[in-house]
Amino acid sequence: MTYTSDEMMTVTAARVLRDGMTCFVGIGLPSEAANLARATHAPNLVLIYESGTIGAKPGTLPLSIGDGILAQTADSVVSVPEIFNYWLQPGRIDVGFLGAAQLDRFGNINTTVIGGDYADPKVRLPGAGGAPEIAAACREVIVVLRQSRRTFVDKVDFITSVGFGDGPGSRERLGLTGAGPQRIITDLGVLQPDPATCELTLTGIYPGGLAGEVKERTGWDLRISADLKEIAPPADHELEVLRGLVATAPQGATR
Amino acid sequence: MAEIVSLAEAIAANVHDGDTVAMEGFTHLIPHAAGHEVIRQRRRDLTLVRMTPDVIYDQLIGAGCARKLIFSWAGNPGVGSLHRFRDAVENGWPVPLEIEEHSHAGMANRYLAGASGVPFAILRGYRGTDLPAHTAGVADVVCPFTGETLTAVAAIKPDVTVIHAQQADRLGNVQYWGITGVQKEAVLAASRAVVTVEEVVEELVPRPGGVVLPSWLLSHVAEVPGGAHPSYAQDYSVRDNDFYLAWDAISRDRATFTAWLEEHVQVLVRGK
Repeated sequence: MTYTSDEMMTVTAARVLRDGMTCFVGIGLPSEAANLARATHAPNLVLIYESGTIGAKPGTLPLSIGDGILAQTADSVVSVPEIFNYWLQPGRIDVGFLGAAQLDRFGNINTTVIGGDYADPKVRLPGAGGAPEIAAACREVIVVLRQSRRTFVDKVDFITSVGFGDGPGSRERLGLTGAGPQRIITDLGVLQPDPATCELTLTGIYPGGLAGEVKERTGWDLRISADLKEIAPPADHELEVLRGLVATAPQGATR
Repeated sequence: MAEIVSLAEAIAANVHDGDTVAMEGFTHLIPHAAGHEVIRQRRRDLTLVRMTPDVIYDQLIGAGCARKLIFSWAGNPGVGSLHRFRDAVENGWPVPLEIEEHSHAGMANRYLAGASGVPFAILRGYRGTDLPAHTAGVADVVCPFTGETLTAVAAIKPDVTVIHAQQADRLGNVQYWGITGVQKEAVLAASRAVVTVEEVVEELVPRPGGVVLPSWLLSHVAEVPGGAHPSYAQDYSVRDNDFYLAWDAISRDRATFTAWLEEHVQVLVRGK
């Protein structure tokens, strides 16, 4: 079956989630990938949304993190202070699944302002939401976003959520308990932090993709892993389930 | 004891110009009808507090009710920007909007401190982000027992909190269930509380996961069926996702927004 680069990205993100994991899910692309994983290879994936719905099992894609279907299918529904203080903060959750507007070479995320200065920005974005503490406390973080020079920048305009700060040792100094962004999954490939420098490095590329092309669509001098792997294309089954899910999303939703 | 009154009376008695007002409901049970009543009563200079300003505050901001917004995520969930919020922040229309922004965990803990009657709450949060440099009410605090540095956030104490619930009884006791959000903390943190409900019933039957707020905690209760729309009340309505999607086009342009407000909110006072 033929497929789009967005479908390749979502399928790659879904494959990273293992059965039985607990996953704190952001809305949009992360939610799509997490629900694909649950509908394919990871039926016991525990989806947790910041609305306090733990173990949600939506049969259709929600538009918001608080659609009724999440509460009605959840194992437990808790209050908002409780989801952050009791469930997220102590490091109980395996993986935080986030989107981003801007991301830098150390995996720091900006979802606050772009251009100008804080008081007079060129673009005012929605802000932090649950992301700073998800990025701090989940055992690991996966970020899903489309790759371009506009989104992959040398230095983010505003640090909303911390990746590896300014490099090795930052997370430890700040007292951030989780391991930080271990995979950035884009429409071009997969980036992972270099174990020594924490700098995001291209480690996976899609069939037919070229490392040089990925470098061109990155706002810093992207390093390519010596062990660059080609990621298997989506299987027919993965595509069928994904398309079935997407068809259930409200028409016009941002993806 | 809460008095059961009309929506107009409840808002007139509790929401005044210059007040700090929290209208809570996390995606579910957002008190939209009460927001519209605040617009109709032409309240001004409000400090609006809400984790996710959402369409409800986009409307209040666009109508010129707000001087300041305290929040943690200002988007239209799954759709995109809040255009009236952005126009106010980026261009000062219709009036300049001061902002104070936090993370969700920070806001939830600020309400929790307010509800608990202590001046601040403690969390692991904000560290390494650019938020504390631009936001009042966030500071480092050292644990007196372990020496570890954590983050303190200042309590929020609204003058009035407004929420929507499924049911009240005739004495003004209130029950809501489903996604319960941060409403309990927001009500307990406030000097006054107004609750709109889908229905006044003879007797409140306890629901799994339900929260009951006793009448003596509340100022006024008003029966407003459908009062959460386009948000929803579990077991009464479903989220009107089509409206959230449509809001993008309605709110993008000042004239379209103003016309919408005139037709759907203001007309209720003039027309009826």
